[in-house]
Amino acid sequence: MSQQIMDAIERRQMKESVPAFREGDTVRVGVRVVEGSRERVQDFEGVVIRKRSGGINANFTVRRMASHGVGVERTFLLHAPRVDSITITRRGKVRRSRLFYLRGLTGKAARIKERRS
Amino acid sequence: MIEGLMGRKIGMTQVFDETGAVIPVTVIEVGPCVVTQIRVRERDGYEAVQLGFGEVKPKSLNKPQRGHLAGAGMLKRHLREFSADNPSDYKVGDVLTADLFEEGQIIDVTGTSKGKGFQGVVKRHGFSGGPRTHGQSDRERAPGSIGAGTDPGHVFKNTRMAGRMGNARVTVQNLMVVEVLSDRNLLLVRGSVPGPKSGLVMVRRAVKSSK
Repeated sequence: MSQQIMDAIERRQMKESVPAFREGDTVRVGVRVVEGSRERVQDFEGVVIRKRSGGINANFTVRRMASHGVGVERTFLLHAPRVDSITITRRGKVRRSRLFYLRGLTGKAARIKERRS
Repeated sequence: MIEGLMGRKIGMTQVFDETGAVIPVTVIEVGPCVVTQIRVRERDGYEAVQLGFGEVKPKSLNKPQRGHLAGAGMLKRHLREFSADNPSDYKVGDVLTADLFEEGQIIDVTGTSKGKGFQGVVKRHGFSGGPRTHGQSDRERAPGSIGAGTDPGHVFKNTRMAGRMGNARVTVQNLMVVEVLSDRNLLLVRGSVPGPKSGLVMVRRAVKSSK
């Protein structure tokens, strides 16, 4: 009974549909940014290196190579209203669910094979 | 107005506010509470409203308890008294629901904290313990000195030591009501609330806040 109440409360705020992306996929995340009074959508594109389930708390981490070979990782709550959109730009073929090994790799070694279905 | 109601802790989750920020909330099922008795100054020496909460089977209550609840028209597991601005506004059998509270209201929540058993001073009182290195033995979670020597010649009363922790009445003050779901008698309260899931809690308007 209690669990049903909790589920109902969480489900109210969850997004109705989220794209079926996986670890290794390259995604473009549209993030709502508030600058003073106006709001705009900023894109953050990179490889999904981690997905965590957990109802309303489900989240995923995207890793992007910024300039000068500096890696930038951002973790987003899947159902957050600030996450405006998630688009898959490339599907990747990987053999594990946590791609933390990418942190130690740069350049050619950090490539991920494309998954074709 | 009555100062508060009884409820049951359902669990914790999180909600997004209008700016998209995450708010941690505790879900509390508040009411329906039924008025079971009115305490009046002439007879009882003080004024209060006694409320009942929680389903119960008739065979779980003894005959005097069933008789006490006969006037209310329904059996309830828990009975607690709450003060009210004017107890005569209420009569036995009235049903009170979560509508008593409104969004943005500041409340106090009272419950019985989870029992932790026999705990040392580090967990129970937040002592720092002793040094972990430099040749220490058996000092890591020790309480240190518990007083002076021959004068005063005894350990003072109320000196904080190891012992039973938790399972005590705890009140958390100034929590904000984030949302009221009146169709299901649910309250979403910002922050945490004492006790286990399904534990009995008393939700009252805040003593120290003007809101």
